[in-house]
Amino acid sequence: MTPAASAFHYLWLIPALPLAGAAVNLFFGKRLGKLSGVLASATLGAAFLLSALLVKDLMALPGDGRLVVRHLFDWISVGNLTVAADLRLDQVSAIMILVVTGVGALIHVYAIGYMHGDPRTGRFFAYLNLFVFFMLMLVLGENLLLLYLGWEGVGLCSYLLIGFWFDRPEASVAAKKAFITTRIGDTFMLVGLALIVAKFGTLDFTAIFHATAAGGIAKGTATAIALLLFAGAIGKSAQVPLHVWLPDAMAGPTPVSALIHAATMVTAGVYLVVRMHPIFELSGVALTVVLVVGLVTAIFAGTCAFGQDDIKRVLAYSTISQLGFMFMAVGMRAYAAAMFMLVAHAFYKALMFLGAGSVMHGTHDATDMRTFGGLLKPMPITGVTFLIGAAAQAGVPPLAGFFAKDAILEIANHTGRELVYVLGTFAALLSAAYIGRLVFLTFFGEPRSQEAAHAHESPPVMWIPLAVLAAGALVAGWLNLTPEGRLAGFLEPVAGAVPGGSGLAVPVMDAIAIAITLSALIAAWYTFASGRVDWLAVRERFQPLQRVLQNGWYVDRAYQTVLVEPARAFAHITAFVVDTKIIDGLVNAIGAGVKRLASVGRRVQTGYVRTYALAIGLGVVALMFWVGVRG
Amino acid sequence: MTAHILTLTTFLPLAGVIVLLAGGRRLGDQTTKAIALLTTVATFVISLVILGRFDSAATGFQMIERYSWVKSIGLSYLLGVDGVSLWMVLLTTFLMPLAVLASWHIEKDVRRYMLAMLILEISVVGSFLALDLLLFFVFFEALLVPMYLLIGGWGGERRVYAAVKFFLYTMAGSAFLLLAILFLYSKSGAAGHATFDLRSLMSVAGGLPAGTTRWLFLGFFIAFAVKVPLFPLHTWLADAHTEAPTAGSVLLAAVLLKVGAYGLIRFNLALFPEAAKYFASFVSVLAVIGIIYGAVCAIMQTDIKRLVAYSSVSHLGFVVLGIFAFTHQGMTGGVLQMVNHGLATGALFLVVGMVYDRTHTRQLGELGGLAGVTPWLAGAFLFAVLASVGLPGLNSFVGEFLVIVGTFSVSHWFGSLAAVAVVLSAIYLLWSYQRLAYGPVHEEHRGLPDLSVREVAILAPILGLILVFGVAPRLLTDKIQPTANAVVARVDPAHPRDAAPILAPAAAPAPGTAP
Repeated sequence: MTPAASAFHYLWLIPALPLAGAAVNLFFGKRLGKLSGVLASATLGAAFLLSALLVKDLMALPGDGRLVVRHLFDWISVGNLTVAADLRLDQVSAIMILVVTGVGALIHVYAIGYMHGDPRTGRFFAYLNLFVFFMLMLVLGENLLLLYLGWEGVGLCSYLLIGFWFDRPEASVAAKKAFITTRIGDTFMLVGLALIVAKFGTLDFTAIFHATAAGGIAKGTATAIALLLFAGAIGKSAQVPLHVWLPDAMAGPTPVSALIHAATMVTAGVYLVVRMHPIFELSGVALTVVLVVGLVTAIFAGTCAFGQDDIKRVLAYSTISQLGFMFMAVGMRAYAAAMFMLVAHAFYKALMFLGAGSVMHGTHDATDMRTFGGLLKPMPITGVTFLIGAAAQAGVPPLAGFFAKDAILEIANHTGRELVYVLGTFAALLSAAYIGRLVFLTFFGEPRSQEAAHAHESPPVMWIPLAVLAAGALVAGWLNLTPEGRLAGFLEPVAGAVPGGSGLAVPVMDAIAIAITLSALIAAWYTFASGRVDWLAVRERFQPLQRVLQNGWYVDRAYQTVLVEPARAFAHITAFVVDTKIIDGLVNAIGAGVKRLASVGRRVQTGYVRTYALAIGLGVVALMFWVGVRG
Repeated sequence: MTAHILTLTTFLPLAGVIVLLAGGRRLGDQTTKAIALLTTVATFVISLVILGRFDSAATGFQMIERYSWVKSIGLSYLLGVDGVSLWMVLLTTFLMPLAVLASWHIEKDVRRYMLAMLILEISVVGSFLALDLLLFFVFFEALLVPMYLLIGGWGGERRVYAAVKFFLYTMAGSAFLLLAILFLYSKSGAAGHATFDLRSLMSVAGGLPAGTTRWLFLGFFIAFAVKVPLFPLHTWLADAHTEAPTAGSVLLAAVLLKVGAYGLIRFNLALFPEAAKYFASFVSVLAVIGIIYGAVCAIMQTDIKRLVAYSSVSHLGFVVLGIFAFTHQGMTGGVLQMVNHGLATGALFLVVGMVYDRTHTRQLGELGGLAGVTPWLAGAFLFAVLASVGLPGLNSFVGEFLVIVGTFSVSHWFGSLAAVAVVLSAIYLLWSYQRLAYGPVHEEHRGLPDLSVREVAILAPILGLILVFGVAPRLLTDKIQPTANAVVARVDPAHPRDAAPILAPAAAPAPGTAP
């Protein structure tokens, strides 16, 4: 065994480190005091270093042999079904663990500053570490049940962290909404797992892919499995129609929004589809569904983002929209482009969320952009780093977002999906416009409130992670300068070649993209920061549209009227009419009838317990006697 | 001594009963409680010997003890243990000391209370170990009395109504059971050897016409379906659970309901495999209705004990669904789920009792913000909630997953509908947690004490096991499987069913290569 191979023995340590941190912080968090955040960050830092080491070793293996499976123990073994606790390191999980531990470590450090002074920091970091543990299990599991364990686990931690400030009613409501909405998707996913067991007899990725390649299942079965799994992805990655939980989830502390609701957990759906792509490809139809859902979500959420005044809600809808882009890529079999966008997005969206948190930190927790303005001056580091993140998302070359989005649109164009290309370009225009609106309203112009006028920069423990993430957002584009770039090449053994074809020439498309980005940004600047437009008056004139967008096209209210209220009425009737009146009423009626018939019934009602004991005793004796006589 | 380990385990609590009776009123309340605790702990330790001696590979009954009791009628004292009853016995002996500890604050009539608890343990363990049908019936009936006393004597406001309802419901079910037992017995007499021995009656029942066995199946079934409880025979449960004292609710949910599910496996399936197959769809439909119906009713409850009671209806539906799927995964999952539900719901009732001890209310509307006042208590509640909602990594997930997988391969509809409970349980249990732990604190609840040492001693073992069995369910399933598979094979000897097909060996991938 080579030294490189033996290092993989320590693969289990990557998830174990944050788990240990969570356990220590849960039980001794109070005693640790300020150290709890340091400890939590240290476990993630160590996990990141170990991940980097193992990924380096993985890269040293030959290109088609980059798969390491470490068997820990058999988790479940009943009949022919065995589910082992096996960890899998391959190209896809390598990228994921680097993002999760790397971006995660930075957010942990930032949270030390952000949560400073909160009496329950021990709990907070315990949950945050626990989240990372489950996220790592999700991406490292070698079978779908371990993935599901991580999947549910991150959902739990998301619940706990959204509701972390539980005395705020909106936080506890949002927490429950997030958990239940995503669990609707999970239910389908669980049925999908059952279907896979019924068809394959296993949940191991390697065996499933092998059997699929060997023609083990029919096309229709593949479609059923793929759609059931994708339903889980729709919930977790907040795609239409299960997107409603994510904007509300912003009630949680901002580091949570950055880590869970931007960089990692919400990308789990993308990971799932990329991981299971052989099944999706066999189906074909399922990929089209993924593409359509992604496209619809990208445009829908982009319009909603435009109508938000809360800085975190803009970013939330923006995240939903960007995830839509990733699903578009996956739906076109451009898995490498999706993973590239996932990585780039993790950097620039985490950066912007943390930047928003820094703004809140500097303005006494203000989140309404109407009260901001001119924050670049009092908060230069936050402002500049935020600008980098925003430019990356808007698609300003040569930042990561430009290449990522461009790669996806290029594939749409080159594979003959003209409509996807046009609508995708429109979604890109939206994303540049709303992020421009956010930036210009927040950092430029004149301060519009006392808080904004007296804002102050955040401490180094918060801005250093911002700077590191900004550097990441700056250089992430280097990972994949072209669709045939490094990342795509690295992923090719798993994800297959990047789909190609012909269409518009690449420079032409680049020019279109740049033109669209710049015009959107300029328009945003002109409207919101040039001082030449009274944007509040314009907004007044478009009041109905503004309100529709702000309320996310009233999807929440529609669900409430069409689904929740009828369901509640149904439950009410079931519990208080069917159960108490009909079924139990029948029982009581029978009881009453019997009581009237039986003369001894009177004694039964007296409530003297001895009577019953005696009755039982006599009954048994009589029974024995009767049997004895017969025998 | 180990030759009579089953008898010893069953009747060791009798020693405590005798001491308490002999001691009379001279024993102080604390001494009485200590004696009960000591007895139940000793019983648990002794029951571990059964676990140690249990042969996982064997499929039949083990450690059999047989004495002719009333020769003239063929009644025998016959005990034996297999992979199903093993865990039921251990679950009971494990929970009893915790239930006694949870009753530490009882002040009213302590001696009688503890007597009832000890007698309850004898009758429950006896029910799980008896292999003579009449002996089983005696234990099965006997356990009604102490539970009735616990609810009626130490329960809540409507305790008398709840106790009488519980009693009459179960008695009505038992009448059918008794008739069916006696009918079988008379048939064994007609066949030449009158007996109540389950093993002999299995062959007697095998010789009966199909129509007869179906009627007999129903006789047994009604008695056990009431106990489980299976929809629509469940309405006693909510009242009994709600009114019972904490320890009563714990034992009712964790142990007594299992007697019903256990009876279905032990007697219905063993004696009438053909009829079981015949009624399988019917029973499965009731189970699926129960799963959804119990969950929907739970959503609307405002009394937290009622909520947990209805969740039991839903969870026990899983158990029955798994059993009647007649697949390896379904059967093992069903039995596993019996243990899991005992631990998870037992823990829920224990925590709810601790909340009630502090706040004197069970109404969710009158609770709130406990996560800030009593974080460890709220944390324990959350942990139990998460076990109940089937969070992977905790015990119930494995059982639910096996049941869904095991059922799905037989019927896509049943399996999928059962999975709906995944969402519903999240709705009602998280709602209850949210109401109890989140939001603003009620003024009068400020400064409530967090978990005491005694309460930690109660919760740590049960919460610990919930985690252990979630990560290492094979500790349980490896011993359940041989018995469960034998039951499945008996129902359908021609094709014992497995939810997981074995792929052709050619499909096995070479290790170390990427797909």
